[in-house]
Amino acid sequence: MKISYQWLNSFVNLQEIDPQKLADQVSLTGIEVAGVIAPDEGLKKIVVGHILSTQPHPDSDHLTLCQVDIGEDEPVQIVCGAPNVATDQYVIVALPNSRISGNVKIKRGKMRGQASEGMICSLQEIGFSDSVVPKEFQNGIYVFPKAESAGQPVFPLLGMDDRMIDFDITPNRADTLGMHGAAWEVGAMLHERPQFPEVEVSETGQPTGDLLKVSVSEKNLVPQYLLKVVQNVEIKPSPLWLQIRLWNNGIRPINNVVDVTNFVLLEYGQPLHAFDYDKLTTHEILVRRAQQEEPMVTLDGQTRTLTSEDLVITDGQNPVAIAGVMGGLSSEITADTHNVVLESAVFDGTSIRKTAQHHNLHTEASTRFEKGIDQGSVTEALQRAVQLLEKLANGESSQSILVGNQELPEEKQILMDPKRVNHVLGTEISVAEMGTILDDLGFGYELKAEKYSVTVPLRRWDIFIEADLIEEIARLHGYDKLPSTLPVGIQTVGGFNKRQLLIREVKQSLLANGLDEVISYALVKENEAAAFTYDPTENIELDWPMTQDHAVLRQNLISGLLNDLQYNLARKQSNVAIFEQGNIFQKVNDTDQPTEVPTVAVLWAGNVTDSNWIAKDRAVDFYDLKGVLTNLLKTLGLADRVTYVADQTLPELHPGRSAKLLIDSQTLGFIGEVHPSLQHDRQLPPTYVLQLNLQLILDQKQASLVSQSAAKYPAVERDLALIVDHQVTNSDISDLIKSNGGKYLSDVQIFDVFTGEVIGLKKKSLAYRLHFQNPAATLTDDQVTQAMDKIQTALQDQIDAQIR
Amino acid sequence: MGLKQQLEQLKEQGLEQIKSVNDPQELNQIRVRLLGKKGPITEVLRGMKDLSVDERPKVGSFANEIKQEIAGAIEKQVKVLDAVALQKRLEHETIDVTLPGRPVKTGTPHILNQVIDDLEDLFVGLGYQVIDGPEVETDHYNFEMMNIPKNHPARDMQDTFYITKELLMRTHTSPNQARTLEAHDFSKGPLKMISPGRVYRRDTDDATHSHQFHQIEGLVIDKHVTMADLKGTLEVVAKHVFGEERKIRLRPSYFPFTEPSIEVDISCFACGGKGCSVCKYTGWIEVLGAGMVHPNVLRGAGVDPEVYGGFAFGLGPDRFAMLKYGINDIREFYQNDLRFLQQFQQEVK
Ligand SMILES: [Zn+2]
Repeated sequence: MKISYQWLNSFVNLQEIDPQKLADQVSLTGIEVAGVIAPDEGLKKIVVGHILSTQPHPDSDHLTLCQVDIGEDEPVQIVCGAPNVATDQYVIVALPNSRISGNVKIKRGKMRGQASEGMICSLQEIGFSDSVVPKEFQNGIYVFPKAESAGQPVFPLLGMDDRMIDFDITPNRADTLGMHGAAWEVGAMLHERPQFPEVEVSETGQPTGDLLKVSVSEKNLVPQYLLKVVQNVEIKPSPLWLQIRLWNNGIRPINNVVDVTNFVLLEYGQPLHAFDYDKLTTHEILVRRAQQEEPMVTLDGQTRTLTSEDLVITDGQNPVAIAGVMGGLSSEITADTHNVVLESAVFDGTSIRKTAQHHNLHTEASTRFEKGIDQGSVTEALQRAVQLLEKLANGESSQSILVGNQELPEEKQILMDPKRVNHVLGTEISVAEMGTILDDLGFGYELKAEKYSVTVPLRRWDIFIEADLIEEIARLHGYDKLPSTLPVGIQTVGGFNKRQLLIREVKQSLLANGLDEVISYALVKENEAAAFTYDPTENIELDWPMTQDHAVLRQNLISGLLNDLQYNLARKQSNVAIFEQGNIFQKVNDTDQPTEVPTVAVLWAGNVTDSNWIAKDRAVDFYDLKGVLTNLLKTLGLADRVTYVADQTLPELHPGRSAKLLIDSQTLGFIGEVHPSLQHDRQLPPTYVLQLNLQLILDQKQASLVSQSAAKYPAVERDLALIVDHQVTNSDISDLIKSNGGKYLSDVQIFDVFTGEVIGLKKKSLAYRLHFQNPAATLTDDQVTQAMDKIQTALQDQIDAQIR
Repeated sequence: MGLKQQLEQLKEQGLEQIKSVNDPQELNQIRVRLLGKKGPITEVLRGMKDLSVDERPKVGSFANEIKQEIAGAIEKQVKVLDAVALQKRLEHETIDVTLPGRPVKTGTPHILNQVIDDLEDLFVGLGYQVIDGPEVETDHYNFEMMNIPKNHPARDMQDTFYITKELLMRTHTSPNQARTLEAHDFSKGPLKMISPGRVYRRDTDDATHSHQFHQIEGLVIDKHVTMADLKGTLEVVAKHVFGEERKIRLRPSYFPFTEPSIEVDISCFACGGKGCSVCKYTGWIEVLGAGMVHPNVLRGAGVDPEVYGGFAFGLGPDRFAMLKYGINDIREFYQNDLRFLQQFQQEVK
């Protein structure tokens, strides 16, 4: 809500503090201020003009020549195109060299040959939003309701010299959604007690009960429901001072009755509704739930289909309002209205919220009921409206209030211990200062046994417990006065858990190998979620996604990396070497939280190096990625425990270029080339990926590292070349070598792989360098030869190797 | 001519030849020719059999002297030639040191993780444990335990991705407050923890909104932890991240899980507080929310609010990084354009 500085000043002495300064202070002690609005900002030289005479423009059928008194010695001629211009109007004149809305400069000029000394303006032309301009002035110039002295600036007359402080409230401070609440808040800050106008009504009409009957069938949803009738009202425009209050707050003035209800809404934060008494079918008001699919036309002309969740006001037969949200068209106040039923009520916020959401109908009234209103001023707000209608519409109000329900909550009593306040805040605020703050807030209190017993007025329904009072003390004492310390007490040891340490280690290794870290979205497309997944669970879907691109929880990280690759390819970044560490999500069942598996994945596409002055470019291949993986596994102490099994189970991977990674018999992850058809579909270059389950790594018992001295005795190297069938793998051969090499075989390195016609089709040649080492003595030739013989025999016998 | 004269002559000629040689191979040939078994000196010495027994040793030792002199000269010339050769080689091997180095790629950590890691290290140094929590949360922990019952208006503040009625994508890292409080044994000392991670909101992605972003939750609970301690702690964070000269200011705010609740502003690092476009001409920038843990949160997690209390804060690494590095579009963090990511290679702090 926008709080008018001038209006506020009529309740609280604002001590002539500059509005911006006041706003800053309010931000620091209570309510965030989104800004201070100056309605006359950027406007100048716009004054009242009195139209002395008019005559049609000789060369135009829609322009009028006006002689206008602008407070100078002589009247001036202004050409005006508005249809509603007439003699003796008091109007808005933009003088030559003035600035109007949109920073438009008005110049002295000629219109179709006739001199024009400025421009007669509409409200829109001086910055009013179309939505607040009274209907009668919407398509023409504005005309003041009474004589004003010509030549004076229009801004004070139209409330444009006011400053609107835009309160951006948090849900707990809806008490400031009315001027009274705002006045209490600002008053507490300034140590000024607010004063409000006396509410007095004449009640010259009949008893309300003779005019109306009321019953409320859902009393738990309608704790208060009050009615009063104002008879023989004169429907006319509201006085300008009241219209100003409305339009400065974004509400269009309509007529005195409707305006009064809106004015009291702004004043008290209490939504009111006015019905045309004579348009009600019966005069027995019933508040009930709507019937399922009951139709109703609301004030905005829309036909609404109600549900049995909606609360409605009925005239005994048909709904005449959606309770607390919007009135019905059938009982609308019009120029012909004579008698008015005024309603002041409290409706359950949750119920209103559901209805407002269901019908997508959010109004000033529904917002306030949802956020909460002052239940202590429901009656007073009703009487205030009656008072204004008696005065502004010459109405005769009915005697006493007709009560459908009236259950007021009790004022809360809260014990506040000053010692506790200082204990929590770390301050030394005196008991007396706390008393002053409670006083400023208008809270009742008594000091008993060194504790305050505080009575909280109903308008502050956000205060429940001592901690709430501590906040009041803290903010009004001033957070700037809070000391700045660090927690003392028993020292704690900070640190990371094993999982966090592992993740840091993994990232370090991948970064060192030249991979950039990315963060992709965990919510992916439906068809991406379970790709690259060995045992996909059922998809975990959002109930109501924002877009189909982010609708399902990922079960793999590769889909995200492929999206990142594509994003970069589209931006001409073709060498992409990236990794992501994050969780994947596996469904357990319909009710439990999914299993979140810490995972890491790598994607590599494009060139390992681009050609440069010193080297040719080289495209990435399977073995580049495997090298990265080997380094990572070495870092983790797992290089010897992970086995690579050629694998064809993942359809997204190249069947001849992918491996499943195993620790013992458990699946650690996979490495491979993205399937060529997938690459083709998504226009990717050869792309290699790997993914590892970090949870499985965490679960491994890490063998502690024991250092070994560098060998003192010379190692012996022997080379071994062999030809085998093309289906025999390196791993088959090196396993055989290792298992037959004896205890001195310390390392096996492959150094050549060859295929070609020379050695025959479906054959391949491989060459290994074997290292033998005895840590305790120099190896003899015999020892090595013996081991080599055993290896060769095994190779010949078991895989039919032909030793070269 | 006597033997002695012959030897003198050989020496003169030899030394002359050696000095004028430029080629190491030629020098070697000279060595072989002069000092070898078929060389002239050996030849001369063969004639010694014709000399008297008295003269033989004299001539012999003279011949040896000459041999050594020639050998020494050759040695000297070898060094000269070596030096020349080395000089030549060095000239030949000279390279253009201004050419670029052979590319060795190193990876860049994601800027958000740099910010998170940096804050983790800061808090670990202050005695905080780093705690993980699930990204798919229950309504119970995400809302109920955080003092946000069903139909609470604060649920509107956080548009939520629900999976089922009870399961949702966590909207903040605050549920880890409740989870940690429940698990903590206060007889073993105070609780000091931070909990970083991804969070989710039902938002349309644009320059300032992302349906996925990050938070770091902080929580300190003990018998006497004050709001002044919160202010001091946040000052440490502000100065660490945004510079030693930063001031902070607290403004009242509202979170259902803290009371009192505050928003924290830092003095603008771009203008020092004078007012500029970064701080929207206010001199201050809002960076995080915090407060004293609400008694309902403590009680809900089985901690007696009459005995224990403390503070909690939630800060946004995305916002920190955007502010600190002038990033205008939050989507850049999750689109992973390599040019965007790699520019943060130099940035460690
Ligand atoms: Zn600034």
